[in-house]
Amino acid sequence: MKTQRRNFLKIAAMAVLGWGVRPASELLAAGGGTASEGLLFASRHKVHVGPNALTASRWAMVIDTAKLNEKVMEDIVHTCHSIHNVPTIPGNQNIKWIWETHMDHLFLEDLHEYQPEAGAKSALALCNHCDNPPCVRVCPTKATFQREDGIVMMDFHRCIGCRYCMAGCPYGSRSFNFMDPRKHLETTNPDFPTRTKGVVEKCEFCAERLAEGKMPACVEVSEGALAFGDLGDPESEVRKLLAERFSIRRSPTLGTKPCVYYLV
Amino acid sequence: MYDKNKILIGLAVFVVFMTYPFWNNIGSAAYQRPELEKPKNAKDCVESVEFMRAEHMAMLNEWRDEVVRGGEHEYHSTANHQVFQKSLSKTCMKCHENKDQFCDKCHATVSVNPYCWDCHVDPKGEKK
Repeated sequence: MKTQRRNFLKIAAMAVLGWGVRPASELLAAGGGTASEGLLFASRHKVHVGPNALTASRWAMVIDTAKLNEKVMEDIVHTCHSIHNVPTIPGNQNIKWIWETHMDHLFLEDLHEYQPEAGAKSALALCNHCDNPPCVRVCPTKATFQREDGIVMMDFHRCIGCRYCMAGCPYGSRSFNFMDPRKHLETTNPDFPTRTKGVVEKCEFCAERLAEGKMPACVEVSEGALAFGDLGDPESEVRKLLAERFSIRRSPTLGTKPCVYYLV
Repeated sequence: MYDKNKILIGLAVFVVFMTYPFWNNIGSAAYQRPELEKPKNAKDCVESVEFMRAEHMAMLNEWRDEVVRGGEHEYHSTANHQVFQKSLSKTCMKCHENKDQFCDKCHATVSVNPYCWDCHVDPKGEKK
């Protein structure tokens, strides 16, 4: 009788402990899906789409570095920044959604000193819309979140300007508005909001254009250098390009699983 | 009762200050709803005038969350069963073009400062 009681208490104590751990383990395991928010993986928001919208199970971009030249890159950057009211601010407080950068800044782990003279010296950098986005996990207000189709969105209304996401993003894809951006805008597109002082912004894969059935603006003016499509569809342009040619991604060892691919 | 005079003076000062808004406004004109500039190219709003007057701020907040976070861009009007795009600049401001003559008139009269236009662009241009 005595030992039985002792065993019962032991089992009861273990059970209490187990139930206490359960919510924490559930929280760790959750995420990646549309269910509750997890600690290790960001949850995904459902997207309701209208009749005209372009849809995909997983949006991705393929950048053909051989087809990029100075003029195309300038056109792309200018188009994106003008329709999204992105200002040009001199100094180190500039805002950028898509920008031209040196190859060795893009691929920190991959380049050596014996690159061909004729090869592409620079390419375009933008938000990678990662499958495992660190910016989404660190955002304390969930102002940045991931949609089911993979797009990492910003809710500028909810951003408190803490800049955790900027610390989290290993690609420098995010910019902070240190001042009122309107002072530095030459023209404004009335159909897209500007931002205000104290919020972070970045590329959104033109989610507002996809909803209207249009391709992202950068892809439209890229003269074939940029391809955009559904990574989940084997017949899509991006999947065909990836199957045909060798491609690399930025800092894949970090585990963020970027969805912008560079054809080399 | 100790310090009777001080207490009575204190009470009197308190009452005068508390009722200041009432007696200060005696004789001044009653609140009048400002005359708004109505859109020339449209007759019906997305909902009835009464609903919009009372609820437009809540509705815009809902639209904001539904569009940005849910990706739901279409608004099905209960008043005239039309479908509208949920957008301040693409729907509201397409008819109510003049922010100064529409939005600001009431907002200024009742002294509220919504921060919509800190980011959203007033199509008639910003005041420099």
